[in-house]
Amino acid sequence: MSNRLFNWFKYASPQSFYPVAGRMIPWFWALAAVFGVAGLYVGFLVAPTDAQQGEGYRIIFLHVPASWMSMFIYLVMAFWAGLGLAFNTRLSGMMASALAPTGALFAFLSLWTGALWGKPMWGAWWVWDARLTSELILLFLYIGFIALQSAIDDPRRADKAGAILALVGVVNIPIIYFSVKWWNTLHQGSSVSLTKSPSMAATMLWGMLLCALACWMYSIAVALMRARGIMLERERHTEWVRALLADK
Amino acid sequence: MLKARHKRIALIVGGLVILAGVATLVLNAFQSNLVFFFSPTQVAAGEAPKGKTFRIGGLVKEGSIKREADGVTLRFIVTDTEKDLTVAYKGILPDLFREGKGAVAQGKLGDDGLFVASEVLAKHDENYMPPEATKALDDAGNRAAANKAAQTLKQ
Repeated sequence: MSNRLFNWFKYASPQSFYPVAGRMIPWFWALAAVFGVAGLYVGFLVAPTDAQQGEGYRIIFLHVPASWMSMFIYLVMAFWAGLGLAFNTRLSGMMASALAPTGALFAFLSLWTGALWGKPMWGAWWVWDARLTSELILLFLYIGFIALQSAIDDPRRADKAGAILALVGVVNIPIIYFSVKWWNTLHQGSSVSLTKSPSMAATMLWGMLLCALACWMYSIAVALMRARGIMLERERHTEWVRALLADK
Repeated sequence: MLKARHKRIALIVGGLVILAGVATLVLNAFQSNLVFFFSPTQVAAGEAPKGKTFRIGGLVKEGSIKREADGVTLRFIVTDTEKDLTVAYKGILPDLFREGKGAVAQGKLGDDGLFVASEVLAKHDENYMPPEATKALDDAGNRAAANKAAQTLKQ
């Protein structure tokens, strides 16, 4: 028990996490590239044309992974924020701040690719249905989180304020996910879910899953890079950062 | 130290539970305002707002799309397989607007029961498959129907 706790808290300090993150980043970039190339290859060259939508459906290979990531990153961000609030750990707040811009990027990509998809298929760039509106609120939550944190000078207070906002916003995630089930919407239901077999041709599904993996790896890589930057900035007066900079 | 930490965790968890409860109640209260469209059954039951613009949604009935004499107005029937609603529309239709597929129309319901639409959107489903697979499914469906018919005849 004590041994396990020791290991947990060892990597919870920026000082020991900084070099570990630095060693992991190239691997995640490499995996992102491999999965990205494989996913796009399967998606654009192997997967068949769709019976209804023709070639236009292929935007799904970016749209669905981006939407998944936008929701999942928010959950991870809120988890770190809550952890920081409960345990007062320095690293948690840094991780939450590091994830927010990537989450916002994916929420924006989801809405943008959705608009590009909606115009030719539905006949509208945008409609105020429950799915689209709740995803837009998610983008605003990310932007609000980033704005709130950067408006407060003291990083510890900024973390706390951001954490409360992030935790309150968590309620939106199940609303986004289940919106197509709870209400009738223009947006179609989920093709892939835990409760039923996927309603897509196998190669299409593989392309989408590979692209989703690529987005995961990319997100981890950029979040770690950003976290390292935040660590250096916030801990610039500490011994370990001075020692690190003296070495260079 | 440990106590303060436990207190904070309890506050966070408690706050989230209360928030989830409030959200559930609010969403339930607004249930009828959150729907994007009404089904023909709901319209027939008088649930749709009268004299106001609203959206109806359902499947475009097979063989129901007809062009009127003026050459630009289109009439089609939107069905949820229980009730039908005739829609008149003048304008551009999305590519995926097809008989037997989903559609959402925005407009007003006239006293004569005709829904005059100002905008028509196509609603596609979550199934993605190559054209050959659709054909195979259709063929299988036709074979099953033919078998059933043959059996009914035998009885």
